[in-house]
Amino acid sequence: MTLARHVGLALLGAVVLFVLTVKLDPFRDFQIAEVAAYVAAVAGLTVLIGQSGQVSIGNGAFMAIGAYVTALLLLHLQWPLEAVFAAGAAAAAVAGGIVGVAAARLRGPYLAGATLMLAVALPSLADKYSGTLGGDQGLPVTITTPPWLGVTFPPTRWLAWICCAAALITLILLANLGHSRIGRSWRAVRDNEVAASLAGLHVGRMQILAFVMSAACAGLGGALLATVQAIASPGAFTLTLSIGLLTAAIIGGLGSLIGSIWGSLILVFLPTYAQNVATSHGLSSSISSNVPIAIYGVVLILVMLLFPAGIQGAIRRLLGPVTPAATAPLNALRRQAPASEHQKEGIK
Amino acid sequence: MQEFLEFTLGGLAFGMIYAAIALSLVLIWRGTRILNYSQGGMAMFTTFVAYSVIQHTGNYWLGFATALASGLVLGAVLERTVIRPVENKPPMNAVIVTIGLLVLLEGVAGMIYGGQFKSFPPAFSVTGLKIGNTALGISANDLFTAGAVLVAALLLAALFQFTSVGLRLRASAFNASVAQLLGVRVGRMLTLGWALAGLIGALAGVLVTPQTFLYPNSMDAIFVLGFTAAVIGGLESPVGSVAGGLLLGLVTSYAGGYLGSSLVDLFGLAVLVLVLMVRPAGLFSPSATRQV
Repeated sequence: MTLARHVGLALLGAVVLFVLTVKLDPFRDFQIAEVAAYVAAVAGLTVLIGQSGQVSIGNGAFMAIGAYVTALLLLHLQWPLEAVFAAGAAAAAVAGGIVGVAAARLRGPYLAGATLMLAVALPSLADKYSGTLGGDQGLPVTITTPPWLGVTFPPTRWLAWICCAAALITLILLANLGHSRIGRSWRAVRDNEVAASLAGLHVGRMQILAFVMSAACAGLGGALLATVQAIASPGAFTLTLSIGLLTAAIIGGLGSLIGSIWGSLILVFLPTYAQNVATSHGLSSSISSNVPIAIYGVVLILVMLLFPAGIQGAIRRLLGPVTPAATAPLNALRRQAPASEHQKEGIK
Repeated sequence: MQEFLEFTLGGLAFGMIYAAIALSLVLIWRGTRILNYSQGGMAMFTTFVAYSVIQHTGNYWLGFATALASGLVLGAVLERTVIRPVENKPPMNAVIVTIGLLVLLEGVAGMIYGGQFKSFPPAFSVTGLKIGNTALGISANDLFTAGAVLVAALLLAALFQFTSVGLRLRASAFNASVAQLLGVRVGRMLTLGWALAGLIGALAGVLVTPQTFLYPNSMDAIFVLGFTAAVIGGLESPVGSVAGGLLLGLVTSYAGGYLGSSLVDLFGLAVLVLVLMVRPAGLFSPSATRQV
């Protein structure tokens, strides 16, 4: 039943996107493709943080893995596109498993610190192995539109189609995962680790699984983003990207898949829009290039102060009674008691 | 041997910068359970303030003092305006607010000063010191840097340990409700904690910027390593911050010196992961295991 509803929603989304990509100009198609790539990555992150209760600031690193695997496979082996994307996601998932084993031992800020450092450190591999990975220039990612679409078919529309299809499939899979035994186990582990393990759940295993899932989504997102930007380079997978994913997941509404779409839309469109406004008001270049940055900062602060449950949380509140799924992730992430209190209890 | 000495002393000098950033993060974490991701941005901004003052007056020490004072004010103002409303919200909200602050500060700095790299003067000479014919790999300015951070850390420790304000600060961090019951104005203590953190961050900013140039993102890399140092040290402990900073400074200095600069961050990650695998809550955490 839920499967049918999710597939139905996704089909509806696909139809809307099809009409949009056909009606809009190539630049908008390009932006739609970019949003779709972010949606895949942000959706994985929002499920990780919102449902399993683990934080990652390093998902940009998994995106980089997906992107480089895509570039290498297309460059050297000319695999079909679906296989390339699957391989990108799989490679990131393996890396996510390794990180997840370490992550399952860490909590809150310690996990944040470790994943933050991962996001900073991993792209420097491209410089170290510049022979294979192309150094700072990165590797080209070129795809061609399939012949059956005709030679005049706009390549950006094809890009938008690929990315939207991949993002929608990701969303369907994640939605079902959330409603499955695994999703329930994640939420149980998130809400109370002791109770969850008493109920027979393997806490560490569930947390590693969540990391693998989120890394696979990020890997797919990275593969898509590299395809959209036609390049896999270290400059595309900076700390800024990792932080962007986190902000998108949270201002969209933590744990909500629809929220990941709002977050990704803001991530792509807000800077372009602010830039356009600034330029059209004839501001000098040093100001107009920084206005989008400042506005993004203001938006992050304001959304968190005005809508603590994120955009999707605010929409749900507007539309009527709050469903349990909407509030649960936030309740679970209540501020933990200071460690000093734990210590005091320990001494007693 | 010569190289080893240079890398060691250089690493220790740089480690003190990481220690300063870590210290400012720990100050805020202990008081408010918030990780301040805008710490680097605040330090960058106060360094720009110092830059303006030095440009106008030509007096380095006036700029130095202005940076510290503006760090103090900036920390207090930010806590009162945007942090206070999220202090009792889910922790991720506070994370996003501080990230928003970071982005905002970088954007505003870019609007005012532009994105070009500006050179920021050091306090003292940067030519390498020598003992006899042996180059030490550090300069008078490095000595000043390490000394300034050390003095600041000791002053902070003294403030916490020996003064009534320090006692109230510790009480608020230890148990806010009980402290409030006993008449401590916890809100003011939180503001004071942020102000002190702003001051220490500003100090790190003016000290490190001569080596990195000044631009809106100039503190990002320093912040990441400072954060890493704080996590290694255990987030609760000022001593841990200094230890974590020095450890990280040494490791990155050896890695950069012997193996090339592209490996610095990877080695930083390696140290962090190693420490956390042995002690999941850092070296100087109150308890070695997490309580389940």
